[in-house]
Amino acid sequence: MNILDYHALLPELLLAATVLAVLVVDLLPVRKAWVAVVGLIGLFAAFVPLLTLGLCDSLSFCEETGVRTMFDGSYTVDTFSLVLKGLFLGAAFVVLLISVGYLESGRFWEGEYYFLILASVLGAVVMASSRGLVTIFVALELVTAPTFLLAGWRKGNAKSNEAALKYFIIGVLSASVLLFGMSLVYGVTGELTFTGIREAIVGAELRSPGFNDLPLLNVGVLFTLLGFAFKISAVPFHFWTPDTYEGAPIPVTAYLSVVSKAAGFVGLLVITYAAFADLRHIWGPALWILAAASMTLGNLVALRQTNIVRMLGYSSIAQGGFILAPFGAAIAAGVTGAQLEDAFFATVTYLAIYAFMNLGAFAVIVAGAKRIGSAELKDWGGLYQYAPGLAGLTLVFFFSLAGIPPFAGWFAKLVMFRSLINVDYSWANVLAVIAVVNSVIAFVYYAKVVKAAWFDPVPEDVLSGEARSAVVPPTLKLALGITAIGVLAIGVFPAIISNLTEMTKVFVAGF
Amino acid sequence: MSSFENGWALTLIVFLPIAGAAVVLAVPKAREEAQKWTALLFAGVSFVLSVIVAMQFDYGDAAATQFGTRSDLTWIGAINSNYTIGIDGISLPLLVLSGFMTVLAIIYSWNHWPEPHNPKIFSALILVLATGMNGTFVALDLILFFVFFEVVLLPMYFMIGIWGDRNKIKVPVLGIETEMRLYASIKFFLFTLFGSAFMLLGFLTLYFQSGLETFNIGELAAGGLAEDALGNLAVWVFAALFLGFAVKVPMFPLHTWLPDAHTAAPTVGSVLLAAILLKLGTYAFIRIAIPILPEQAQDWAPVIGILAVIGIIYASFACLAQTDMKRLIAFSSVGHMGFVMLGISTLTDIGINAAIIGMVAHGVITGLLFFVAGSMSHRYHTRDMGRLGGNQKLMPIMGGILGFTAMASLGLPGLAGFWGEFLALLAAFNPLAGLSTTLFRTLMVLGAIGTVLTAGYMLWMLQKVNFGEPSDEWADHDLHDVDKYELAAWVPLVVATLAIGIFPRIIFGATTDAVTAMVQTVFGG
Repeated sequence: MNILDYHALLPELLLAATVLAVLVVDLLPVRKAWVAVVGLIGLFAAFVPLLTLGLCDSLSFCEETGVRTMFDGSYTVDTFSLVLKGLFLGAAFVVLLISVGYLESGRFWEGEYYFLILASVLGAVVMASSRGLVTIFVALELVTAPTFLLAGWRKGNAKSNEAALKYFIIGVLSASVLLFGMSLVYGVTGELTFTGIREAIVGAELRSPGFNDLPLLNVGVLFTLLGFAFKISAVPFHFWTPDTYEGAPIPVTAYLSVVSKAAGFVGLLVITYAAFADLRHIWGPALWILAAASMTLGNLVALRQTNIVRMLGYSSIAQGGFILAPFGAAIAAGVTGAQLEDAFFATVTYLAIYAFMNLGAFAVIVAGAKRIGSAELKDWGGLYQYAPGLAGLTLVFFFSLAGIPPFAGWFAKLVMFRSLINVDYSWANVLAVIAVVNSVIAFVYYAKVVKAAWFDPVPEDVLSGEARSAVVPPTLKLALGITAIGVLAIGVFPAIISNLTEMTKVFVAGF
Repeated sequence: MSSFENGWALTLIVFLPIAGAAVVLAVPKAREEAQKWTALLFAGVSFVLSVIVAMQFDYGDAAATQFGTRSDLTWIGAINSNYTIGIDGISLPLLVLSGFMTVLAIIYSWNHWPEPHNPKIFSALILVLATGMNGTFVALDLILFFVFFEVVLLPMYFMIGIWGDRNKIKVPVLGIETEMRLYASIKFFLFTLFGSAFMLLGFLTLYFQSGLETFNIGELAAGGLAEDALGNLAVWVFAALFLGFAVKVPMFPLHTWLPDAHTAAPTVGSVLLAAILLKLGTYAFIRIAIPILPEQAQDWAPVIGILAVIGIIYASFACLAQTDMKRLIAFSSVGHMGFVMLGISTLTDIGINAAIIGMVAHGVITGLLFFVAGSMSHRYHTRDMGRLGGNQKLMPIMGGILGFTAMASLGLPGLAGFWGEFLALLAAFNPLAGLSTTLFRTLMVLGAIGTVLTAGYMLWMLQKVNFGEPSDEWADHDLHDVDKYELAAWVPLVVATLAIGIFPRIIFGATTDAVTAMVQTVFGG
């Protein structure tokens, strides 16, 4: 198994080639939009081997089937990672579509933008397969480092500079915390791969009972967890999020809140479950607290926001709490088997649906900011009177985020509640009640945006502005179309997504 | 069986309206005639289909689910939720009522578009609402039910928020001044969302803790197995369902969103809200809460009965304190739904029959009352009963219809409203064995006092609005009497009120067997 399996690595290889190709095309004397086209083609090309790998059983040229493990067990390609890679590539595709028009209309470096964002996507794709401390750290840094630069892409803007600097400092801090935790874990167990770490812990506990309570090991585990908590901006490690989200260019914010955040979640799920499963009594309750705190605080602060991007920043913190809830509660309860699989299914399903609707919401904001010239809530009044289509999409995405049928968000909420109720553990049920109350609170601020767009009068200065006649670029329209159709289709026929995400249950059974 | 009887008829009845909404939205904004006709066509075909279903319905076997899909038609495999729909004698009258009211709402709207004028979006919303309402009455899978139950929120939220009352009010507690429509729309949504989120937790607990792992309402209800398996959890599940349904009904003390929503909503919104949306809650009690959790229903029955009667009395006094005509009718709805809930709380076949006919009658009568109130405020530009008066002289036909409807609403024998109230009180005399007879007879007496109070405030309203001499204020106003669209929308309701009043068999013919069978299986006779 130690030889390279090129078929399994093909998505990463194609993506790496695209990253280089983008740099080359950037040198050619062509319109910068071609750079984006190369990037889009590259993302699409990287998607194809995902399909051939997933359908390997029924393809004649495919020799090896099942789980493919490489690099001494620190890199694994299974259905779990394939589904998530597909999610990352799809989301990145939409982010690029949103970016094209945005970059062309402002004074931005364009070629480098695509280079950086694709490099970050490559990191996310690698993350899904990482099964070792080194690979997962490299993947995480590859996801994060380019985004430090991207957050400050609006060079002349003070807020954007603040966003980048804040994000950079917190990012470096969390990386060092993470590395410190990992080094302790390595020091205690002497292993780098997750399976190795897990076996080492089990073996040591057998030989000398009480090993699991070794303070050094527990601190290592908690620090590792903490490093990821920064990445997914879980409360109380969230304070960089609103400023960075507001200051960064909106497409970058969309990327941060969906792809980069999802990559963080995937890393967290994999490292905690695959490596530290036997220490779940330590990090399970910690996840429970992170979930409850994130959804509550994120929602309460979001209520007070007047800028839509900043509101979505807090909303994404709260949504992160919802995503974490099923897994955290199931782990805290110590369940195994079918219940844990259900929790995993719920978390991954929520993540996938969240990606669709949050990208859609950001695409709406980009389009709205182009028409209106602002992302301040008060300027969005009466949107439906002069842009009914955009107002309709506002309704679709923001109500989907609130979890109102028939938009996809309801199904995400449903599987979350389902998993929390399924666990026969009163703390999980308490979390379900907290989540219900939070869902109702969240509706208030999502509805604020819809209310502004539909119920409020058009503000004077917006009426007279020339922005009203601004044209939404076709790529952005495509992004809106893809996400809107996704949100509606999943909302009416949730089986589309649930059949896919159900396959990730295999991951749980594998350990 | 033909595919028509195998789910297709009901599927079309449910989804034709929302397809119509999509078509209406595709019609260019300027072509209003085309938008109206499209809306009417889709709603009309859906209603005609429901009438055909009602005619082909086998009334000899009303207790059985008919026109349903196979129970194993998968919708969301991963969570084991199926596309299970069907009707029986309990849901049939409500399904027909829903289609009927939708068509009338569109006809009435023909030249009564509320401001800001936008027939395209308004009629699309009516159609989406119709899909949600019809769907709730045919859904036999809890998740499917939940989705339809929630889908009705969106269109109503927009109807109130965009076309609602623009008068400023001061928000209680928060102390902010805002427009009525904004306050009422978010309050309506939040109350219902809060209730239904807990209801969903209840459904999920039923799924897992009953050990049956099914969302099928029929399977969950079979033999009371689910409830036995739940053990101590059953009380919590019932509480969660109660919260979800009671907000929707609405029952005292969860009713406070209703007067605001009704007062703020445009006429058609008020009509559909009163006529159909309130029934979703009471229907859910009969369809879900009682059959699946019969023992809990017995434990909770006194609470429900007491709250119902408090609602009746409280609503009557609240009505007498109103100056706004629409708000008075809204509070009268709380009272009427109180009678429906009183009927349900007796857990007898008479009581539940009374509840269903009460629901249909309330839908027809209060729907008409809101139509008339809407048309009057359209002409007088006020709903203040202190300024109205002498309506009978100014607009004889409108006044006549208002008088007729008010009589029907106060429960005059021979008109539709009578049966629901009378039978609910009759049922309270002799509730299900095991329930406290003393308590329910007390409730009966109090409810009977409520009927007197109902007559009191309805006549009081008539006296203020209809009788007397018109004030000089209206002397130079051009107050034209009912127009042809109003007549087209109202005459069918007047006829229905008379028909149900004189031949209650129209409703009982469908419901009696179904209700008796249900009570027999659930409570063993």
